[in-house]
Amino acid sequence: MWLALALAVLTTMALALARALLGPTLYDRILAINLFGTKTVLFIAVAGFMAGRPEFLDIALVYALINFIGTVAVLKLSHYGEFSRAEELQGDDL
Amino acid sequence: MIGNVILVDIALFAILLAAALGIAHTRSLYSAAMLAGLFSLTCASLFVVQDAVDVAFTEAAVGAGMSTVLFLGTLALTHSRERVTPPTRRVPALLVAVGTGVLLIYASLDLPPYADPANPVQQHPLTERYLQTSQQEIGVPNVVTAVLASYRGFDTLGEVAVIFTAGVAVLMLLGRLRGNAAGSPGTAPAGGLQGEHRVLRVVAKLLMPFILLFALYVQFHGDFGPGGGFQAGVIFAAGIVLYTLVFGLGHARAVVTPGILRMLLPLGLLLYAGVGVATLLLGGAFLDYNALSPQDPVQGQHLGILLVEAGVGITVAAAMILLFYAFAGRGARS
Amino acid sequence: MTVVLVASWALITAGAVLALTGALGLFRLPDFYTRTHAASITDSAGASLLLLGLLLQAESFAVGIRLLLIMLFLLFTSPTAAHALAQAALKDGLKPVLGRAARR
Repeated sequence: MWLALALAVLTTMALALARALLGPTLYDRILAINLFGTKTVLFIAVAGFMAGRPEFLDIALVYALINFIGTVAVLKLSHYGEFSRAEELQGDDL
Repeated sequence: MIGNVILVDIALFAILLAAALGIAHTRSLYSAAMLAGLFSLTCASLFVVQDAVDVAFTEAAVGAGMSTVLFLGTLALTHSRERVTPPTRRVPALLVAVGTGVLLIYASLDLPPYADPANPVQQHPLTERYLQTSQQEIGVPNVVTAVLASYRGFDTLGEVAVIFTAGVAVLMLLGRLRGNAAGSPGTAPAGGLQGEHRVLRVVAKLLMPFILLFALYVQFHGDFGPGGGFQAGVIFAAGIVLYTLVFGLGHARAVVTPGILRMLLPLGLLLYAGVGVATLLLGGAFLDYNALSPQDPVQGQHLGILLVEAGVGITVAAAMILLFYAFAGRGARS
Repeated sequence: MTVVLVASWALITAGAVLALTGALGLFRLPDFYTRTHAASITDSAGASLLLLGLLLQAESFAVGIRLLLIMLFLLFTSPTAAHALAQAALKDGLKPVLGRAARR
């Protein structure tokens, strides 16, 4: 059962990778890589359960974080062209 | 044990190969940078399947996180498409690549069989020593941390020195951080954008405390599970990077000032080496933590590991944030 | 097979099916905006269901709380990333494919 689950997640990862390689626009690729990252998080969680080692979940949490930061980074870059453009904050922004 | 599941290994390696071919094929460097991050994530998954959790942790944080961000920061300063290689250079380049590959494969034939009990690394008495007696001598459940911070503490001191040197080198090469490069509201593109990124801003603000707290958790939990100074430093830096990306360099530099960072960068290394000197002064060898607490050596080991890991974390975090500031501060593409 | 185990595997299967569907949608749908739709919705839902299923099989509180944290984190960041991505694409001028062309 666990093996089937792991293979299912891996299939999802492979499909995401295919879109990342094919995707005509840059945004398709960013989307696909974001998906790949999330599925890696799931894969690590499943792998941890398969091996009976729950410490793996710390790694999964880090992957989720890194995935998010990577996506935000590439968005900022391709949207404005540089990191350092400040956003004008309006007064009582939450 | 998950390592015996051959299908998972085959699938992961296939993904690795496809990603590598994709990186080589694509001409858009943005795609290449992101695919490199994907490659690192898959490598980290492979490490997890091989049961090497600390390595997987570091690979994810550094390879997939900070490296990708720094690559993208560099791409902001240069061309974003790869130049086509001139035809005269293609054949020699191919020969060099294939030759190197053949040499590597030939060298790998010399490696001992995978997971064979008769391997030198399994038979050596040092392995037994580390695995069996580290509990009595050091009392730290995570053997990797015990080896890294105590048995081979001197090597780790060298690693921290390398990171410190890298930070100093980048600061020297990229010059002083420009005070006026960014942060002025006038550089924001055509008005009316403030409301657009509200969701991202709110979510980032909500996440920041947890990310920083998680970094501290990883720092101190390294004794019991995967983690330690390196990973914690990188995660902390990643949190600050997120803040910079969402709120702008000016705000980030007001919160985490470069001056403080430049003081913290050598402080970690000094702390680490200082522990070594302290043990010398207390009568032991350099970095012999037993001398820190003569009545109870295990307590001394715990104290020593705590201090040196803190030193590692401080230097790594400061170096990563300074690196990012240096790259981001030059990104004034007019 | 206790009820909890059955429920857990039911949730896990549902999550995995959703994840696969999303990835398939990423492949088959015509343009970027529809792909974002498929990817982000099935991402959050599939991941949450899968993690909930794992949560039911968690051995200890420590494991459970970590799974919960991962799930919360994914629920927060996945939709945000998709939203930011779609907005960036729109601002950049990527036009959605409308009308007859979308029904190839």
